[in-house]
Amino acid sequence: MPRPTPLHPRTHELCTSLLFKEWAGCHAVRRFDTYHDREYYALRHQATVMDATPLYKYEVRGPQAAELLARVTVRDFTRQAIGRVSYVCWCDEHGKVLDDGTVTRLAQDHLRLTSADPALRWLEINARGLDVEVEDTSRSIAALAVQGPRSRDVLRPLVGEEIDELAFFRAMPARFALGGREVEGLVTRTGYTGDLGYELWVGNDEALAIYDALLEQGRPHGLLPMGLDALDVSRVEAGFVLAGVDYTSARGALIERQKSTPFELGFDWMVQLERAPFIGQEALRAEKAAGPRRRLVGLEIDWEDFEAIHEEFGLAPHLAAETCREGVPLYEHGRQVGYATSRAWSPTLKAYLALGHVEASLAAPGTRLEIEVTCEYERRRAGATVRKTPFFDPERKRAR
Amino acid sequence: MSRHDYDAILVGGGHNGLVCAAYLAKAGKKVLVLERRHVLGGAAVSEEVTPGFTYSVCSYVVSLLRPWIIRDLQLPRFGLDLVPLESSFLPLPDGRSMCRWSDAELSREEVSAFSRRDAEALDEFSRAMSLIGRFVRPIIDSAAPDPTSWNPSELLSLLRLGRHFADAQVDQMELRLKLLTMSAVDFLDEWFEAEELKAPMSVSGIIGTFLGVRSPGTAYVLLHHYMGEIDGAFRSWGFQKGGTGGVSNAIANAARHFGAEIRTEAPVERILLRGGRAVGVVLENGDELRAKQVVSGCDPRRTFLGFVGAEHLPDDFRAGLERYRFRGSSGKVNLALDRLPEFSCRPGAAHLRGDIAIAPSIDYLERAYDEAKYGRFSRRPYINVVIPSLVDPSVAPPGKHVMSCFVQYAPYEIEGGPASWPEHREAFGDTVIDTLAEYVPNLRDIILHRQVLTPWDLEQEFGLAEGNIFHGELTLDQLAFQRPTAGWARYRTPIRDLWLAGSGAHPGGGLMGAPGALCAKAMLGEAVSGGPPMPAPGGAR
Repeated sequence: MPRPTPLHPRTHELCTSLLFKEWAGCHAVRRFDTYHDREYYALRHQATVMDATPLYKYEVRGPQAAELLARVTVRDFTRQAIGRVSYVCWCDEHGKVLDDGTVTRLAQDHLRLTSADPALRWLEINARGLDVEVEDTSRSIAALAVQGPRSRDVLRPLVGEEIDELAFFRAMPARFALGGREVEGLVTRTGYTGDLGYELWVGNDEALAIYDALLEQGRPHGLLPMGLDALDVSRVEAGFVLAGVDYTSARGALIERQKSTPFELGFDWMVQLERAPFIGQEALRAEKAAGPRRRLVGLEIDWEDFEAIHEEFGLAPHLAAETCREGVPLYEHGRQVGYATSRAWSPTLKAYLALGHVEASLAAPGTRLEIEVTCEYERRRAGATVRKTPFFDPERKRAR
Repeated sequence: MSRHDYDAILVGGGHNGLVCAAYLAKAGKKVLVLERRHVLGGAAVSEEVTPGFTYSVCSYVVSLLRPWIIRDLQLPRFGLDLVPLESSFLPLPDGRSMCRWSDAELSREEVSAFSRRDAEALDEFSRAMSLIGRFVRPIIDSAAPDPTSWNPSELLSLLRLGRHFADAQVDQMELRLKLLTMSAVDFLDEWFEAEELKAPMSVSGIIGTFLGVRSPGTAYVLLHHYMGEIDGAFRSWGFQKGGTGGVSNAIANAARHFGAEIRTEAPVERILLRGGRAVGVVLENGDELRAKQVVSGCDPRRTFLGFVGAEHLPDDFRAGLERYRFRGSSGKVNLALDRLPEFSCRPGAAHLRGDIAIAPSIDYLERAYDEAKYGRFSRRPYINVVIPSLVDPSVAPPGKHVMSCFVQYAPYEIEGGPASWPEHREAFGDTVIDTLAEYVPNLRDIILHRQVLTPWDLEQEFGLAEGNIFHGELTLDQLAFQRPTAGWARYRTPIRDLWLAGSGAHPGGGLMGAPGALCAKAMLGEAVSGGPPMPAPGGAR
């Protein structure tokens, strides 16, 4: 049975829909209301706060803390500056992706890793011979994602003017002002929504007080609590993959073809090959030289086709408001060339978007493919065009 | 051969003119848009009338903007950003209230407090209206058929339309005929019993017309307003981020992206004619600009009697124009508020995020019309209120709000004549505040600024003849092949190389863009339609 997060007393009270799901062993709100639209629009126009506590968190400490993460992941963390956050994936020895997450450099000898799946064992196994200690803080540190164009204004009274100086993918220690007393924590300018946004990291004991303060401070800015359904639409717009949905962890894959390499997932930019040995290095070198067989791409489905397919049955086109995570085949000239994983209607872009895997030769933006569409239990194909991701990339995300 | 500066000059930078320009530019034409005011958008404008507060000065919600235009012009990329309205709130003078939500179950709950039967009928009604909406959609997404033509393709399209109309189950057929002929109230009477439900629903039938909710023919206009679609969902309305002007700006950005040139504060004095054809325009500053074709996004009266001149028009066309009714019947009051208004019948803000209707009963609405018939503005008018700052904080400072009030009736032909409106303006504004204050006792204390627009102001400032927000009433006799006049509903005009792209052309008014886009397609010699094709005769499987 899932366990409650420290914010559960409040989220449970606010979640009138009673729609929760399990996320990493915790109760997580899908949407607070009957529909998630209000949360989605608050995210893109106002601000939202989401309980991201279920993320797995690991403190890596010691003189060789950075060496450990450099050894385990595809990036060279020995060169990461203090106060930086990096998005990263890590692989098995065959160069197949296990998971993805963020690494924050808190101090020379202290880094924090977040992950979708538990990673303690993997870190410890690979820490042999290194002067490091790994602590699992998954259940002692809470995470609050404050996202949206007004998120900075919401946070300013709580953490001070320094928030204005915090650049994209940077971290800063913060003292949260809670009615006369101060609570220590960390703020990172990160998120999973593709918008301006921050994540707050605090001890479990104080998380609820901070959540309440955010709801209060956020009111004049239209801040709403947000659940996973709205997040799932925004992350497709941002072109972010979700482990377990858009790719299968090499650890969970039953057969070889279910696994992916970083190059197949579009993580080329983060792979730093020429450095001290790291897990999967040789395989990734070979993969880079040969080029990946498949590529993760963004797709825009032709609305005219989608509409025409429904028209054939006398129906208006209809899509669920939630992201659909059921895979469907992709074709080129009738031959199957891959599959789509996440599909979502973007209310902001007014477009039907998908993430999918296709043969590498068909990954160039503009490539025309077809996607399977089912209407009235009958299968049809609609056109789809390969698009660059992120689909949605507002200036405010990176701007000062 | 005369020298041409442009392939086409667009007179008027309203949303339809801009849409037309964008389509022409996209097709590679050299296009110039000339706007008289300092801002683009015509009646779809946002203006910071008082510091920190952005008003959607005239048009205040978006719904009819055609999805195929949004796609063709890639408007989200250029700034289109719509937030849906979540609810329709009806405060009542006796302290009760009703809110209809996008959540059907919640709506049923609210309505059943007034009538259990009506609560049950709600779903069926929505379903019927969305079927009707689907029937009407191909009509508004393509050029009006010409029933007088013997051209085989015309006959075919008429046949298709006829089949489209007839190819339905008997109950649908009956519904369509009723919609075309009945009054909004009579039509709703067939479905519902509660006044409190019918009154706010019926007002969609009178918006922008000088008719009452009991006037025959208003049921169709009801439908026109039910057709709004956002993301394929019929009947949904939205706010544009930063105000309605953002829609116009997005279209303008698209037009510029495709190569169009746009000038503001460039008022046109007249359309230049040579040998019976339009060859360019003369600006008020005396500049003369030549173009192969001239397109007017302005209303038919301003276009033909203003820019062209009655003496250049064929008699029957001029007579048709003179018969064409504008009869502006509405005004607008925009307020900047220090904090949220508190409705005494229901505290809180959750129900204020959509639209709010002051329409407590059908008699109230009919009485409001009675006064207007005799040249007075309604002492207790129908008011449609929205507070966009609740969902789009960019239009007001934090914690403060803008409130937009659409007010009907405010007859253009006021006692003392239209030009006497400025003398009535403040009294009209006071009436609106007085009416609202009956529901919102704290309203007077929180007003920081107020802007009052009468039909006269809409005409003088925004160029809408007689202050009609739709470039002419949306009544059946002024729609389709009769808009603006019989025989000239295909964007062409009796003046060669002069085209009409505004709301005075088919399919009419509202922030729809269809007249502009269809006009451009006609000029380019393309198929004059958008969206999915009308089902072939034989219909759906």
